[in-house]
Amino acid sequence: MKEALHIFYLGIKEFTCLRRDYILVCFLLYTFSLDIYMPAAGSVIGVQHASIAIIDEDKTLTSRFIADSIHEPIFQNPVNIKMSDSIRLQDSGAYTFVIHIPRNFESDLIAGKKPELLINVDATAMSQAFIGAAYIQEIILESIDRQQHSSMAQPVNIVTRTLFNENLQASWFLAITQIAYNITIMGILLTGTALLREREHGTIDHLLVLPLKPREIILSKVWSNTAVIIVFTWLSIEIIVKGFLGIPLPGSIGYFLLAAVIYLFACTTIGILLATFSRSTPQFGLLAIPVVIPMLLLSGGTTPIENMPAWLQVALQFSPTTHFIELSISILLRDTDISLVMDRFLAISAIGICVFIAASYRFRRFLV
Amino acid sequence: MNNSAFIAGKVFHCYGNQAALEDFSFSLPTGTSCGIIGPDGAGKSSLLGLISGVKKIQDGELQVLGGSIADGSHRESLYERIAFMPQGLGHNLYPELTVKENIEYFALLYGLSKNDYEQRISSLLAATDLSRFYDRAAGQLSGGMKQKLGLCCALIHDPDLLILDEPTTGVDPLSRRHFWKLIDNVRLARPSLTLVVATAYMEEASQFDYCVLLDDGKKLSSGLTKDIQSITPSGKLDDAFTKLQSRNRQVPPPLEVKLLSNTNGEIVIEAIDLSLRFGEFTAVDNVSFSIKRGEIFGFLGSNGCGKTTTMKILTGLLPASSGTATLFGRPIEANNLDSRKKIGFMSQSFSLYGELTVIQNLELHSKIFNLSLSDSADRIRSLVSRFGLEVYSHTPANDLPLGLRQRLSLAVSVIHSPDVLILDEPTSGVDPAARDDFWRLILELSRDQGVTIFLSTHFMNEAERCDRISLMHAGKVLACDSPDRITQKMGCETLEEAFVHCLEEARSENGNPDKPVILSDITQTTGSKSKFSLKRILAVSGRERKELQRDPIRLSFSLFGAIFMLIVFGYGISLDVDNVPFAVFDQDNSIESRAIIEAFRNSTYFDEKQSISSAKLLNQRLQSSEINLAIEIPAGFSKKLHKGEIPELAVWIDGGDPFSAEVIKGYALAVHFHVLSRFVRESSSPTLPSDSINIITRFIYNQDVRSVNAIAPGVIALILAMIPAMLTALGIVREKEFGTIHNFYSTPLTACEFLIGKQIPYIFLSALNAIALMTIIIMIFGVPLKGDIVALTLGTLLYILTCTSLGLLISSFTRTQIAAILGTIVLTAMPAIQFSGLISPRSSLTDSAEFFAYVIPAGYYLDISVGVFTKALMVSDLWDKYLALIIFFIVFTSASVLLLKKHEI
Repeated sequence: MKEALHIFYLGIKEFTCLRRDYILVCFLLYTFSLDIYMPAAGSVIGVQHASIAIIDEDKTLTSRFIADSIHEPIFQNPVNIKMSDSIRLQDSGAYTFVIHIPRNFESDLIAGKKPELLINVDATAMSQAFIGAAYIQEIILESIDRQQHSSMAQPVNIVTRTLFNENLQASWFLAITQIAYNITIMGILLTGTALLREREHGTIDHLLVLPLKPREIILSKVWSNTAVIIVFTWLSIEIIVKGFLGIPLPGSIGYFLLAAVIYLFACTTIGILLATFSRSTPQFGLLAIPVVIPMLLLSGGTTPIENMPAWLQVALQFSPTTHFIELSISILLRDTDISLVMDRFLAISAIGICVFIAASYRFRRFLV
Repeated sequence: MNNSAFIAGKVFHCYGNQAALEDFSFSLPTGTSCGIIGPDGAGKSSLLGLISGVKKIQDGELQVLGGSIADGSHRESLYERIAFMPQGLGHNLYPELTVKENIEYFALLYGLSKNDYEQRISSLLAATDLSRFYDRAAGQLSGGMKQKLGLCCALIHDPDLLILDEPTTGVDPLSRRHFWKLIDNVRLARPSLTLVVATAYMEEASQFDYCVLLDDGKKLSSGLTKDIQSITPSGKLDDAFTKLQSRNRQVPPPLEVKLLSNTNGEIVIEAIDLSLRFGEFTAVDNVSFSIKRGEIFGFLGSNGCGKTTTMKILTGLLPASSGTATLFGRPIEANNLDSRKKIGFMSQSFSLYGELTVIQNLELHSKIFNLSLSDSADRIRSLVSRFGLEVYSHTPANDLPLGLRQRLSLAVSVIHSPDVLILDEPTSGVDPAARDDFWRLILELSRDQGVTIFLSTHFMNEAERCDRISLMHAGKVLACDSPDRITQKMGCETLEEAFVHCLEEARSENGNPDKPVILSDITQTTGSKSKFSLKRILAVSGRERKELQRDPIRLSFSLFGAIFMLIVFGYGISLDVDNVPFAVFDQDNSIESRAIIEAFRNSTYFDEKQSISSAKLLNQRLQSSEINLAIEIPAGFSKKLHKGEIPELAVWIDGGDPFSAEVIKGYALAVHFHVLSRFVRESSSPTLPSDSINIITRFIYNQDVRSVNAIAPGVIALILAMIPAMLTALGIVREKEFGTIHNFYSTPLTACEFLIGKQIPYIFLSALNAIALMTIIIMIFGVPLKGDIVALTLGTLLYILTCTSLGLLISSFTRTQIAAILGTIVLTAMPAIQFSGLISPRSSLTDSAEFFAYVIPAGYYLDISVGVFTKALMVSDLWDKYLALIIFFIVFTSASVLLLKKHEI
């Protein structure tokens, strides 16, 4: 009981310290508002709004028909460019795709000469090159088909149904992963730096002369930082995600916040563990980057995990972010029943507890 | 008025609503000395800060050395004419640098030549008895030694006006004597030198020509010291002060020391042959003493003699190398919570929470000691009034003057009525009246409540009040007895003499006789007059480089962190989608349906899981993301197909991750198309459009569509956005947090020089990083470098320049390291991931993301890096990107210069 009170009061102190640093509060606000909104509203996943240009040397109805059939949301409206500019423009990254319709394309087509049509794809745009090229092919074939009015007999009608996010809107996914990313960054960095600050200012020494257990000091930081971040997360979901971005989240926000609390326990203790490996804040900053950034970028929120090398996939099972991203999407978008994602909950908790034990062990050595 | 060092006319200064200095007018002739005296929080430091130009003047007229301090160009000329030593134990020193390097740094900032400063450093070190420690890191010096080093730094150039804010706080009596002897010598050599000193020692103040008495922001009196002294019969400055002050205050009765009644009490603290060694250095050498219940035991000694270390051993903060220490007859254990409840400890340097107010700090401690709510409220009220903290109840501790902070620490140490008090220089920096108050409390605790008190002090009048004292030097106890007996034994009149005598004896044994101090003249200075000095830049970057070199952990984290990230991202970020787990819900179970399933099964994109048996399970398995794709073939599929009707084939895709979903959809359509064409061919229907034209798709720049060829050069842009910025982002804010930023305020260093100097070492380190990363990309990942290496090098250098200056920009507007670290990640890493084109091309972004993509440097460098590696671009193709990076660098640096103020707010 006394211990719980100590943890409580020491945590309250963290709020006061945080509130006085208004620049830090501004960063927190930015992180949970604009830094959620901007990527979600303006960024894309895969082939969306892809930049495309056409070199139309044929200048016939057919070639114009092809150009007209390429449009939003998959592609931007194609820009007509000259052959001579093509290389320079693709070099500079202005267009990912350039379609080249050669002279006499239409007449050759009618004559059944099987004319050539060239698509230059900037293969450095990895997320779009492959699928985008396939889309263009499909669009061109279909438009030629339609233009020739020779409707092909479809022996089978394929119906694709995309569940959970029917129109595959990138913003739905991006908003959630972005929130998860920002929770991670704040959880780890805020807690770790708060601990090092105490050490650098000698207040940790002072705490050690008081009748306090190391566990109490750690847990006070864990709960207070978790509380701050959870409040920001909740506001961000309600105001930014549901409000400004207008994303209908079918799932339970309560369960999501519960998952976030468990996840934050893991993150804040990771922050403390990292802090115990550093002697100063600058060291912590440099140590945190190669830990946090891979946790985020390889979590499955940016690129699919399935295609990573097997060893990396195994290693990523030990990162709580991997489970949290999956869990967040399941809860919020798929509205999955909690019993089906229990293993993710357990995995995050288990990681949190292991890190906590390691952090408590390291903490004692860190103080001397 | 050239013969005045400074003239103040109606100067006001306030912090928020609180006035620190009101209507202050005074003028001091050059070549004189002046003491600023007053209780804690009287406005002494504010006044000195204003005169030195470190604080910006708010209201009133202040002329310093013949010009207004508010005049920018005059102030610039003052930097090298004024030396300012701020309050606090070595707050303006660099803990990583050695004693000598610290002084050297200041010498370089003032443009001294090597010859000059070498000589001056050695005489200053000799004068302050620091010669032995010249190569010790400043962070490992004791509090008093730091003060002495601070003074050396202030005296390294020949200032016309020397401003010292409580310079001898925490300095031992012998060193204090040396210190003033040194100042006297300097003044003799330079009669034009004006000296302004704030001090809590009245006896020190009485040696100055002039005196300014401050109380509560108002001037009580000022003028020649002898005139002020003469207002009281005793002719003593303390009495004069008390008299002047008591016009509006009650005079407390003089302090009486009752003798310890019970001299045979139990032994509470005992140390037997206690030793502590740090490597070669023995901090505590066979120290033994025992302290009885209710006794006041004083610890005296020269600076750095091991007092603090001994106290830390007794509190369990440091383990002893040998010997035993007991508390209440039990050995001291680090993890014994019960014994901690009985101890009140106050450390030498302030270690409470600066962001919390006075009341909040007290409340927090009362709660840690589990005081009941009513008890704690009473206790806090009485302590606040006892220590004169009422006015400051709601002031954050960081904003308190030194003396008041000390009082707060004291109040905190006694809040739980401990049985034992261990106080390390509790009254350093506290004004005389408050010190007497404190002693009243100490005596009350000891005599009436039997609290055992173990304290260290440099005040002789306090030492005289102790029951017993122990004199320490160089880790050894020289004498241990009652103050009177020690004085007698030495054959001296006063305890101070006895102490000085004792120490001098000990020092001469060590071969450290006092030499008169003579500082050599400065023969030449270079560059200090100019607005831009390469020498100062080199001084700053040299210091930064040394600090970096002494931190191998930071060096290795930055290098190995970068390499680690490149490797995991190089292998891990892949935008292909393979092995999509799928399952079939085949309700038809015909040759045709199996043919379709077979097509999916044979594709490398798909990985079949156990087939689905019901519609409900289909949804559930997609929800649990066990599968991402379900293919449903309805009953009667083949029948319809044969009849020539168009049967439906349903493909269910998990849209949770839209990227995968889109790819899966594309793949599914492709597989379907494939199957379809087979059906078509078999049934000889009209030709497919795909036969009428020939579409040639060329994947340019990366023919095999190898993810790593495009990803690895892109990842470099991400890594180099984060690490260089993180390296520099703490550079300035750290100085703000630890107080060394004062040196920027008070020396000729300009913002531009400071920034460039700080940046140089990190540019080199980042360049090293970049070389390592490029090597790995080419050698390990086998990405061919198709373009011009010059183009890549130029771009990388510009990018490093930009990123390090962005870090410095973050550092110049944040106030804490926490904010700087978070800001760096949020402003560099996140945009680089989201908007640089690493994952999705910049040309596809819309809305605010599109705007952001063009205002972050990462996007431009990504184009350079990827362009040179894969598109064989040359310098001439990339000039616009280079230009963009140069513009970023200029904008970031100018913003930092504007944000870095040359004075405290």
